[in-house]
Amino acid sequence: MLVPLLRQFLSQYARPIALLLVFQLVQTIAALYLPTLNADIIDKGVAQGDTGYIWRVGGMMLLVTLVQVACTIAAVFLGARVAMGFGRDVRRAQFVQVESFSQQEIGTFGAPSLITRATNDVQQVQMLVLMSLTIMVMAPIMMIGGVILALQQDVQLSWLLLVIVPVLAAVVGLIISRMVPYFRAMQKKIDTINGVLREQISGIRVIRAFVTEPRERRRFGDANTDLYETSVRAGRLMAMMFPAVMLVMNLSTVAVMWFGGHRVDSGEMQIGALTAYLSYIMYILMAVMMSTFMFMMVPRASVAAERIRGVLDTDASVVEPLQPRRDTEHAGVVRFEHVSFAYPGAEKPVLHDVTFEALPGRTTAIIGSTGSGKSTLLNLVPRLYDVTDGAVLVDGVDVRDLAGEDLGALLGLVPQKAYLFTGTVADNLRYGKPDATEDEMWAALDVAQARSFVEELPDGLASAVAQGGTNFSGGQRQRLAIARAVVRDPRVYLFDDSFSALDYATDAALRAALQPRTRRSTVIVVAQRVATIRYADQIVVLDEGRVVGTGTHAELLETCETYQEIVYSQLSVEEAA
Amino acid sequence: MSDQKPTPGEQASPAAAPERPAVQAPPRRRPGGAGGGPFGGMGMPAEKAMNFGPSLRRIARYLGSERWRVVLVALLTVASVAAAVAGPKLLGSATNVIFDGVTSKMLAQYFPAGTTSAQAAQALRDQGETTQAGLVESMKGLVVGEGVDFHRLAVIIGWVIAVYVAASVFQWIAGRVTTMVVQNTVRRLRDEVEAKLHRLPLAYFDKQARGEVLSRVTNDIDNVAQSMQQTLSQLVNAVLTVVGVLAVMFWISPVLALIALATVPVSVWVATAIAKRSQPQFIQQWASTGRLNAHIEEMFTGHTLVKVYGHQRSAIEDFDAENEGLYKASFRAQFMSGIIQPAMGFVGNLNYVLVAVVGGLKVATGQMSLGDVQAFIQYSRQFTQPLTQVASMMNLLQSGVASAERVFELLDADEQTPDPVPAVEVGPVRGRVAFEDVSFSYTPDAPLIEHLDLVVEPGQTVAIVGPTGAGKTTLVNLVMRFYDVDAGRITLDGVDTRDLTRAELRSNVGMVLQDTWVFKGTIEENLRYGIRDGRTVDEAEFVAAAEATHVDGFVRTLPDGYATVLDDEGSSVSAGEKQLLTIARAFLADPPILILDEATSSVDTRTELLVQNAMNALRRGRTSFVIAHRLSTIRDADTILVMEHGSIVEQGTHDDLLAAGGAFARLYASQFAGAVEDEGDAVVGAGPVPPQAG
Repeated sequence: MLVPLLRQFLSQYARPIALLLVFQLVQTIAALYLPTLNADIIDKGVAQGDTGYIWRVGGMMLLVTLVQVACTIAAVFLGARVAMGFGRDVRRAQFVQVESFSQQEIGTFGAPSLITRATNDVQQVQMLVLMSLTIMVMAPIMMIGGVILALQQDVQLSWLLLVIVPVLAAVVGLIISRMVPYFRAMQKKIDTINGVLREQISGIRVIRAFVTEPRERRRFGDANTDLYETSVRAGRLMAMMFPAVMLVMNLSTVAVMWFGGHRVDSGEMQIGALTAYLSYIMYILMAVMMSTFMFMMVPRASVAAERIRGVLDTDASVVEPLQPRRDTEHAGVVRFEHVSFAYPGAEKPVLHDVTFEALPGRTTAIIGSTGSGKSTLLNLVPRLYDVTDGAVLVDGVDVRDLAGEDLGALLGLVPQKAYLFTGTVADNLRYGKPDATEDEMWAALDVAQARSFVEELPDGLASAVAQGGTNFSGGQRQRLAIARAVVRDPRVYLFDDSFSALDYATDAALRAALQPRTRRSTVIVVAQRVATIRYADQIVVLDEGRVVGTGTHAELLETCETYQEIVYSQLSVEEAA
Repeated sequence: MSDQKPTPGEQASPAAAPERPAVQAPPRRRPGGAGGGPFGGMGMPAEKAMNFGPSLRRIARYLGSERWRVVLVALLTVASVAAAVAGPKLLGSATNVIFDGVTSKMLAQYFPAGTTSAQAAQALRDQGETTQAGLVESMKGLVVGEGVDFHRLAVIIGWVIAVYVAASVFQWIAGRVTTMVVQNTVRRLRDEVEAKLHRLPLAYFDKQARGEVLSRVTNDIDNVAQSMQQTLSQLVNAVLTVVGVLAVMFWISPVLALIALATVPVSVWVATAIAKRSQPQFIQQWASTGRLNAHIEEMFTGHTLVKVYGHQRSAIEDFDAENEGLYKASFRAQFMSGIIQPAMGFVGNLNYVLVAVVGGLKVATGQMSLGDVQAFIQYSRQFTQPLTQVASMMNLLQSGVASAERVFELLDADEQTPDPVPAVEVGPVRGRVAFEDVSFSYTPDAPLIEHLDLVVEPGQTVAIVGPTGAGKTTLVNLVMRFYDVDAGRITLDGVDTRDLTRAELRSNVGMVLQDTWVFKGTIEENLRYGIRDGRTVDEAEFVAAAEATHVDGFVRTLPDGYATVLDDEGSSVSAGEKQLLTIARAFLADPPILILDEATSSVDTRTELLVQNAMNALRRGRTSFVIAHRLSTIRDADTILVMEHGSIVEQGTHDDLLAAGGAFARLYASQFAGAVEDEGDAVVGAGPVPPQAG
């Protein structure tokens, strides 16, 4: 998983990487040349007491060092550029991918996991790339240099290399293969930590109200201990890596000494060659050490890469049409044609053969008991999910044939859970219409019965909104969410039980104010209260995912048993409590 | 929460106030960014300069509890360094044995086999070959013609193997112990952060984007761990090597040692000069990571809206802006700190040439032997190498400290006022709640509640009505002590609630909030959530509660029943069902005082009737505060508080208030005008519930 990810995202950096390799090559050669100059200073300079020679060669040495420093800095520059650019690109690719997801894919991964994948996981791979580019590329150069020089000294003895290298590979491979599962578990456990904390923060009032801090602390403690234990196990294996490699390498020098000794004794090898051979083995050892450092990072990075690919390779279940229909004029007629919908893997469909039409200038209400599929039905219009069977049409065009942007521009959704974004009140209203003027915003707030409380805010439209809108009450939040849809002036309004947190007076005033605004728009309202919808031009009654009645309040009171039940139950609530 | 009499500068901004939005506007991120997707990272203090030293010491203090392990790591490192140094020395003597063998073979051309080294040396000296005689004489065990003494070689090699194995084993154990040290510390950090979250005032969470807090616990702490893991072992190793080598150098030549020592301040200067420039970049890098995390978190949470409102593009644009910022900061940080190593290498080479020149002069003037200078030059290499290592570790260390500071910043955030010690224990609560001359405001300049007096006798129901935003939730917040009153006091059974621990107070109050909240776990776990530790609820009671709140019905239709796992978004159940679950949760908690905050608003009306009945049963014998929008739910309340613009404008029973013809009467009229005018007869016909004056 690691290699394809690297290949995909590093290919565009081929040039800087090539340049970097050149710099690293020069740098490494300079580094290999320095010991020779070292030796010269000692043998010819210090030994002879020739200060002039020392200065000369010393100067030369500094010059070589300067070249080396310059090349290293250039390499570091390029390396940092490429590695950080790589991280940026991968993060972006993931974010863009997730933006294309439907609610379903988000649910499958879980938001906490998607967040870790986009930051922590990318961080792991990015560090590996950086280390590889700045340090590890030297390893093969040193390794090859070492092997060539060793072969020059004695070919016969080099069978040892044929033993050492596979043994080393086996040791490193064994440890890594054992580490991978731990790292996989570790990233998952970071997800869990993320998830628990996210819940704790969003549920902080409930936690405090029920005094369940001790229980939450235990829950987090368990997740923490879990992560700790896995980290310790992974860490222990990691601790084994370096000593094991060192041991193999050290024992190979011993082997060189023993077998070389025999060759020297039999006169097949010079003693000088033996010491030289040893120092070249040391070069190889250095190179191996460097790559070991990298191999220590590889397992975690490859798990991270796997998780990143998991996101990138997941196809959104709701896909943009290849050739979107753009030719139609939009009036806002929404038509459900024999629509069925089932959540993937679910046995029973949520919606079953639903057919109705919502017309511009009319209000269509959907009513039914909890779990009857009202919200799901509404979610099919903006393609939060796609139908399993049948079709949802807007002005005669299947929503699946419309570009997401065009479709979205027609709709103004007020979700059940009024979610506001961090920023200001104005920012949130402009979410509905980016170029909304102040007047337009106030007009929308008027409709949503939100003017008075926004006016009372110290900074008015510029007042801050906390994440999710938690610094507003439920009713205020809902009204702001409605204003956000109203300012958009959409062809089709979708209200998903959006009036539930409002008191009756506000509810009524809001509906009255909405009327002139929606004279030419299609309004689809999902509601619980009969009062909210009784004046609707058309009421669709759902029961267990099926349409059991369509008509006006009066008609349905006559004909639809389920509707009657709903109405009478509410009356009894209102009156008899 | 905040102090009772908060000074304007100190008081935490009450952004959490549900009915009253924050007044102290956190700095806006992009004033001109019209509609470009509001974005997280508010309330974050501007990136502060790093307190490198103090923060490092603070990390070191965390290691304090691990000091024996740290000492063990140091000892093991000493042992493994010693063994690693001894290895090449022993290997050198192995070379000598081979060299002896070669020499003995060579000498066999001139001397009969079996001649000892002393005899051969004497013979050579006699021939006038004094240099070779000295060499041969030094090879003590040499016997002419024997060749390489493989027995001796085997013994030496055996030792070398033993030493190397020992070095590796020491290193391995040191690595394991280091892992323990690091993981223990990091686990403690995570634990402290989480514990801290429970002590922070609610306002904190409204100012801080959730993703930002999460980033500190995952990304930053992870970075601290990785930095520590690598620096801890290497730092000990490097420092030991520097100290050891320096000692040997002074022993050989103090003058040259001083020259070498001069490298240290230069190195430190170079390293700090670079570090000074890279530090802000590291701070920036991790701050950007936090902001990016916050943006991602918010966009993923509000995904539906982003999609339907067609804001994917602006979400991506905002992401790009932050992402680019992170890219730039991390590039600069990595580049700057990456310069340290080559720069240090240059300083090392400079030092090398200097030592060679001065040493060469000393040899020329006969002050020092060639061998000593040669050894010294080798040592000076060994000296600068770990110095470079330490300097380049600054890189990791800076990154780690930058992350640690972000964690410390969270740990140092102002907490709510601590619980009193010793706290009053109320014992079994009767449920008398009294507001005595209570004044409260979220901000000093906007008074909200002033001089409120209210007594709720045990078992009474108080209904709070009024338009949305009138301050109803604030009243409840004060009962729960989510906020503390500014003046006056609230008592529970005559005891000031501030004299109780928050846990004691809240465990006597059951609350059903507007915002339903379920956590990842089974339905049963979610329902049992409110049950106090030590209280057991058996299966029959559990099912009875579930039935009473109409949870049982829909749960039984789910394939896994009560074992159905809810995810954190709670998407496997509808909003209404979620509401039922939270009601059942309060039911099972069985508290003497109950707060119902618009709890039934998302439940369909058929279910609502049944829930109402269950709620009435639940309210029996309990002091209840009901925030309701439907007047029908409160007709039998003992007291109705009518709130407008943060103050109580009317107070009385249903009938009293209707008769008074004030705000409540208007509210009442508007509700029925807007809602059920056709059924008006029915409403009137239902008749008023007999007043139960309280």
